[in-house]
Amino acid sequence: MSVIEVEDFSFKYEGSDFWAVKNINFKLEEGELVLITGPSGCGKSTLCRAFNGLIPHFYSGEYRGSVRVLGHEVKETPTYELARFVSMVFQNPENQLFASTVEREIAFGLENLGLSRDEIRERLEEVLEIIGIRDLRKRAPFELSGGQQQKVAIASVIAMRPKILIMDEPTANLDPVSALEVFQLLLKLRRELSMTIIVVEHRLELISSFVDRIIVMNSGQIVLDGSPRQILVLPEVQRIGIGVPKIVLLCKRLREKGVNIPSLPLTPEEFAEEVNRYRTRQSY
Amino acid sequence: MNGVNLSVRSGEKIAIMGENGAGKTTLIKHINGLLKPTRGEVKVLGYDTKKTPVSLLARHVGLVLQNPDHQLFAETVEEEIAFALRNFGYPDDIVKKRVEWALNVMDLARYRRTSPFLLSGGERKRVAIASILSYDPEIVIFDEPTTGQDYLQKQKIAQILNLLSLQGKTIIVVTHDIEFAAENFERIVVLSRGTIVADGRPEDVFSDIDAIRKARLLPPQITACAIELQKHYPQINVKTISVDGLCQQILKLVNPFLSS
Ligand SMILES: Nc1ncnc2c1ncn2[C@@H]1O[C@H](COP(=O)(O)OP(=O)(O)OP(=O)(O)O)[C@@H](O)[C@H]1O
Ligand SMILES: Nc1ncnc2c1ncn2[C@@H]1O[C@H](COP(=O)(O)OP(=O)(O)O)[C@@H](O)[C@H]1O
Ligand SMILES: [Mg+2]
Ligand SMILES: [Mg+2]
Repeated sequence: MSVIEVEDFSFKYEGSDFWAVKNINFKLEEGELVLITGPSGCGKSTLCRAFNGLIPHFYSGEYRGSVRVLGHEVKETPTYELARFVSMVFQNPENQLFASTVEREIAFGLENLGLSRDEIRERLEEVLEIIGIRDLRKRAPFELSGGQQQKVAIASVIAMRPKILIMDEPTANLDPVSALEVFQLLLKLRRELSMTIIVVEHRLELISSFVDRIIVMNSGQIVLDGSPRQILVLPEVQRIGIGVPKIVLLCKRLREKGVNIPSLPLTPEEFAEEVNRYRTRQSY
Repeated sequence: MNGVNLSVRSGEKIAIMGENGAGKTTLIKHINGLLKPTRGEVKVLGYDTKKTPVSLLARHVGLVLQNPDHQLFAETVEEEIAFALRNFGYPDDIVKKRVEWALNVMDLARYRRTSPFLLSGGERKRVAIASILSYDPEIVIFDEPTTGQDYLQKQKIAQILNLLSLQGKTIIVVTHDIEFAAENFERIVVLSRGTIVADGRPEDVFSDIDAIRKARLLPPQITACAIELQKHYPQINVKTISVDGLCQQILKLVNPFLSS
């Protein structure tokens, strides 16, 4: 059984005159780490809301097709039920925060899972450490900087260790190093807890080397689906308006000039290695 | 903020970068008078912000907040954009013209009668930007204008910044988007723990490993490639930012006989 199965799914928000997403089909297996990207307004957040049941239980509208999460038909499963295995970090972290301190914010979700006090304390300490917000623990979420708030939102969701983690533009307000740290953490969560993870993100130069699969959406539809190395070199990607990492553009340019780098590098380190390899081949 | 000295000339376009909690938002809130310095002074167009009413500053300094939801409240996108204009007492025909202009420039015309709260995150951000641009302040400050924006929208925002710059406006942008900063700014100010740790041209700032590390930044991808390559090939210049610039150097490396 796939962790997420979407069949012919379309959704039109109430009062709206177009399908925010239409004819979506895809499957996600346990432990996959996928990136969903596409132009602003193309339906990424709408699709995310269909996984945790916000659509159709909170946002009403015209719903077609089927979205199944761990075998549960989302439209027939109450959100509190879905919340046991799907957690989402929202695009705007502030909408998610409500407690009087960072500690309480994180503990709240854990209490709801019915965990023991010891377990809660342990997870709290652990997540404060990994996300690097130990010094903010007694602070009020509303008095934090935008990026600090985003870190708190990420911490409180990760502490719940959901089977399925959905992150809607989780790094939009994070400094570059913090963004990379979050992506590294996702690899760890996948490895240690076989978490299935969906990340929506625009800055492909930061995330591409971390994901197995990239799903590209445009005007409510999935238009491309494949590995980063397959997807990033396609001319359509640029045409749609996706920000292709500069390394990819550089390799394309070099290829045009006759310098053929066979395997597409996704990080500066990989790039230097490829250039070295090219030079070595050259000297034979 | 701790001992910050910064002067921005009229017509300059600068990016402010730095780690989460560095004080970027705090700094720019001092420029439109939302915050007043506890020590030292902030002068904007010659006005001392401590002695000048926020309402007066607001007319000259447009600030787009990091979280658009703190700024949006009207029932339709159109109303949202018209609000400040009406407030400043512009006549109806001007209001109408400016609103049309802003809707088009920010690619929002199809949402004119939609509630801002029903828009996607990136679209809401664009409404917030439109509502500031519409009243044409001399100094425009954007806190993270590119969040939620795809590459084309980012390009469009960059074009608008250029346009404003050509009109002689002073532009200050806070951003975590390294590629956006590297591509579009000639001056980058790096803030870390409330102090300025670097201030200069992108190629100098982004190759200043010390400042970069302090402020939890990364060099732009091309600069990072140049830094990696330079470990093997000392002739590579690490102050390279453009794809073309690095491409030329690599071509020389693999084919030393190649001229240009
Ligand atoms: N309303 C507030 N009350 C108290 N402290 C605050 C408040 N807002 C921000 N701070 C603190 O001031 C410091 C600077 O915050 P600021 O919002 O200026 O950071 P920033 O550089 O904009 O960060 P980010 O990149 O995360 O947006 C941080 O330590 C933050 O926690
Ligand atoms: N609550 C809503 N009601 C009506 N329309 C909405 C609502 N939320 C989003 N939309 C519209 O649906 C489309 C897709 O939005 P969204 O999924 O948020 O895009 P993305 O996350 O890809 O930027 C956009 O045109 C947006 O304006
Ligand atoms: Mg979205
Ligand atoms: Mg900020």
